Amino acid sequence: MSHVEADRELLDSIRRDDPGAFEEFVRRYGGRIYAFGMRVCGEREDAKDVAQDTLMKAFRGLKKLNEPRALRSWIYRVVANACLMRRRKGKYEPRRELALEELMPQGVEDAEIQIPDAAALPDDEVARGEIHEAVHAGIRELSPDYRLVLLLRDIEQLSTREVAVALEITEGTVKMRLHRARLMLRNVLAERLGQAPGGRGNGS
Amino acid sequence: MSATHAPGSRGCREVFALLSEYLDGEIDPAVCTGFEEHMDDCPPCQAFLESLRRTVDLTRSLPDQELPEELKQELIETYRKARDAEQG
Repeated sequence: MSHVEADRELLDSIRRDDPGAFEEFVRRYGGRIYAFGMRVCGEREDAKDVAQDTLMKAFRGLKKLNEPRALRSWIYRVVANACLMRRRKGKYEPRRELALEELMPQGVEDAEIQIPDAAALPDDEVARGEIHEAVHAGIRELSPDYRLVLLLRDIEQLSTREVAVALEITEGTVKMRLHRARLMLRNVLAERLGQAPGGRGNGS
Repeated sequence: MSATHAPGSRGCREVFALLSEYLDGEIDPAVCTGFEEHMDDCPPCQAFLESLRRTVDLTRSLPDQELPEELKQELIETYRKARDAEQG
């Protein structure tokens, strides 16, 4: 069953107020929403509040939603708003669109830095955990506008259109922010994990 | 698309702006040929594209996080109480 068909069944069951509909909704989306909240807010307590607010609010609002294809955009719009409501003063970087030139590699050596290959990560759990932690840290360094787009596109795997609907921005803005977010993350990973082409470490 | 090579050159800057659209298969077909021609002749751009591809792959490979069981139970309990209150 495709996720759209599964979502249609879930929506029907929510509208009928079937016993267990909320439990199924929590089972299907709870983990994703909690994980998303953790990645956006960076703190367990905030992620817990986001999951609670979103699941209750979404479940009630979903009774009015007819189109299962809109479900994911709808849910992530609620989650993104809940996360942004928790922005604490001074916690995030000021909002500013970065010029691409600021993110370009400085010379050939910088362009050729090698990032670890996800398909060939070390077997050792500690070493693998360090790589994942570097990615998490890089994502946390992004300002919220960029972080939300990166998380929705590259982790939640929403389409450009779905992200545009969820965040109420244009598809052009989604593409622009996604590209800059990936470039910033690439630069953080190059600094923390990068290897020069000859195998010489670049990290500190 | 200009064919000059060296990070910072016009050709590389033009390609640099399109890397994510290319990786996502969303590049405008009208500029794709020029993009690929530049890539074929520009090892620094090839290397940079590969590092960006690996960045995206690493992001996608982050392990899932489960909803903690106690939070799940708490949510279900809160929902049931709210529903019972609504139903009187």
